[in-house]
Amino acid sequence: MNILVLLAPFSLGLALVALGAFWWTLQHDQYEDPQGDAARILIENDEDCPL
Amino acid sequence: MALVELSLPRADLSAFVKPGSRDEGLLELLVSGAHCAGCMARVEGDIGRLSGVISARLNLSTGRLAVTLSRGGDPALVLETLERIGYPATLYDPEAAEIAQDREGRAITMALAVAAFGAGNAMMFSVPIWAGLFGQELGPATRTLMQWASAVIGAPCAVFSGMVFFRSAWRSLRAGKANMDVPISIGVLLTLGVSFQETLLHGRDTYFDAAVTLLFLLLIGRWLDHSLRRKARGAAADLLAMQASTAILLDGQGHERRVPLREVMSGDLILVRPGERIPVDARVVSGTSELDNGLLTGETAAVTVETGEVCRAGALNLSGLLTLVALARSEDSTLAEIARLVEAGSQSKSAYVRLADRAAGIYVPVVHTAAALTFLLGWGSGLSPREALLRAATVLIITCPCALGLAVPAVQVAASSRLFRRGILVKSGVALERLAEVSRVFFDKTGVLTEGRPRLLAADPADIRRAAPLARASSHPLAKALARAAGAGPAVENAREVAGQGLEATIDGHLYRMGRADYVGAITGPSSETELWFGEVGADPVCFRFADELRSDAAATVLALRRRGCEVEILSGDLEGPTAAAARRAGVTDWRSQLTPQDKAMAVESAAAQGVRVLMVGDGLNDIAALSTAHASMAPGTALDASQTAADLIFSGDRLGAVVEAMDIARAAKQRALENFAFAALYNLIAGPAAMLGLINPFIAALAMSGSSLVVTLNALRLLRGGGR
Repeated sequence: MNILVLLAPFSLGLALVALGAFWWTLQHDQYEDPQGDAARILIENDEDCPL
Repeated sequence: MALVELSLPRADLSAFVKPGSRDEGLLELLVSGAHCAGCMARVEGDIGRLSGVISARLNLSTGRLAVTLSRGGDPALVLETLERIGYPATLYDPEAAEIAQDREGRAITMALAVAAFGAGNAMMFSVPIWAGLFGQELGPATRTLMQWASAVIGAPCAVFSGMVFFRSAWRSLRAGKANMDVPISIGVLLTLGVSFQETLLHGRDTYFDAAVTLLFLLLIGRWLDHSLRRKARGAAADLLAMQASTAILLDGQGHERRVPLREVMSGDLILVRPGERIPVDARVVSGTSELDNGLLTGETAAVTVETGEVCRAGALNLSGLLTLVALARSEDSTLAEIARLVEAGSQSKSAYVRLADRAAGIYVPVVHTAAALTFLLGWGSGLSPREALLRAATVLIITCPCALGLAVPAVQVAASSRLFRRGILVKSGVALERLAEVSRVFFDKTGVLTEGRPRLLAADPADIRRAAPLARASSHPLAKALARAAGAGPAVENAREVAGQGLEATIDGHLYRMGRADYVGAITGPSSETELWFGEVGADPVCFRFADELRSDAAATVLALRRRGCEVEILSGDLEGPTAAAARRAGVTDWRSQLTPQDKAMAVESAAAQGVRVLMVGDGLNDIAALSTAHASMAPGTALDASQTAADLIFSGDRLGAVVEAMDIARAAKQRALENFAFAALYNLIAGPAAMLGLINPFIAALAMSGSSLVVTLNALRLLRGGGR
């Protein structure tokens, strides 16, 4: 049963990290332009990239 | 579309640049036609390379392009470039662009996330407790430990995510009313309090997980409702922001300057090119032209104006360049009388009680009485006050209004997304509820039953071929209609336009004219149809007749509406002849013509006074008062922007059948919502008494709540199926 003392806080901590990450995305306008973000990844701008 | 295509001269557009940090300025545009990565790369690349442009970023979801300009940057160059590469743009009023920030939406989303976190993790500790309820081995000490863990996670999450409801409940209590959020808040807070008490006293049943799960489910409904309203508001704001259009001001030295409409003062000199709308009420200083008052009065024939005559805001300048002196500011121009009627109309609409609130009006007193009775009767019949209070709290939480809170938003989101796919924009969920109750439909004629643009009546194909090159060179609507009938082909290049009269050109050494009868040299009596004359100077001219044709499915739509139990009537501002003809062809027996905007609003009001709920379908300025007074209203996408703002629903495309379609879906949505209410009532009839008798434990509460919400949501989703493309 002692393992609970370790596992329960650990799983809670993980969930809190996820909640914090979601909060960050909300604060940083990650949901303003879903279509644009999906399309933007297809645009090639190789000239900016030396490799 | 009532918008004028932008063909701006190199005018001063600095009024539209919002000053930013340092020397930069921000220009916001609404770009049409950009739908893919290629478009985005093209727009951002081409605009970004212009001199004076620091950065350009296109939001593909909303179509807004934000351009950061340095001090020397020229907004007109940006517009021209967009036009050239095939993505025509509209200027965006910087003030209207401000409202994009959606604080409330973020607060609800975060509350939803926290509630989800709380529900999931509190349940982790609830599962062992539930196992204990079913005879599994769970000592009292472990149970209390689990309950504390559940409390530490569940209670703060419930308080945080419940703030959305607590605040709203507090606001409504201070206003002396009780909305749906009051029982929710009381239920959640009482449940948390009783659960803490049970935990401290080592009791068996705690409901921390139930409280936070309840909030999670309710917040889903709240979030759906908010995103629907935001989407609709965004569309309405786009309309308003574009309506901001502009006027060309002439200063003392004759320089042209393009300014936002609200900056035009009475007494200013303004210039209106052919194809543009008269921005404010004004008097003609110089120039002759014809005005299309179609959207103002519903009249189909163009009116000629000359120096000294007054033009009204909203009229479309057809043929000549006009210099005007403004007689009123924009706000005063849009006819103070109509504005007053609109206000009165929206007040009568705000008295409408939403379906969910009507249900809540029955639900709240019943549930609260039941909870109070449980406490008093339980105490009276020998339970301890502690047990009696626990039972009362169970009643409140088990009969939670999740089904109510989720039932209507889910149905409305499903219905409006289906309508959206069919090209019909719904401004609010309430609009759908009102549309479902309609039993009489009033149609405007010009632009609604008819296409709102002239079409050539039968004519000799040889004549059409002869006249076509000249017609293609003109921007006059009748000439354009003739050119449309003739199809593609060459246009004359040396055409000379005589404002208000017509145009002439030399073809193979002969001088031809097209335009008004006396200009071309014909002697005629008055005629009911709109006419365009064409001929060689000196020879007998031919006459082309035009009429505003009915939409192809107008008659079918009228029939379909009748079959659905709706009376149909035409309210037109046009003359008796054309109205009667249109009514006959559409199969409508009730029609009224030559109505003023006030008459139309009165017609709607008197129907309402008889208890008839009216749907008004209109597009012009003369319909706005009626649109905002009617129980429900629709406008075509070609309507004047102000009418689109006043209407509840906007349909695009040529089909009038959208009215029938919207009505069907609205009625189906109401049906689904009522089914959901019936289900919620049935559920509460079983769960409520069970809770009052103390038969409910935390496990059953959790199952019942999520189960009922799931059923309601799935029933709402049925709307998405069937009938669609």
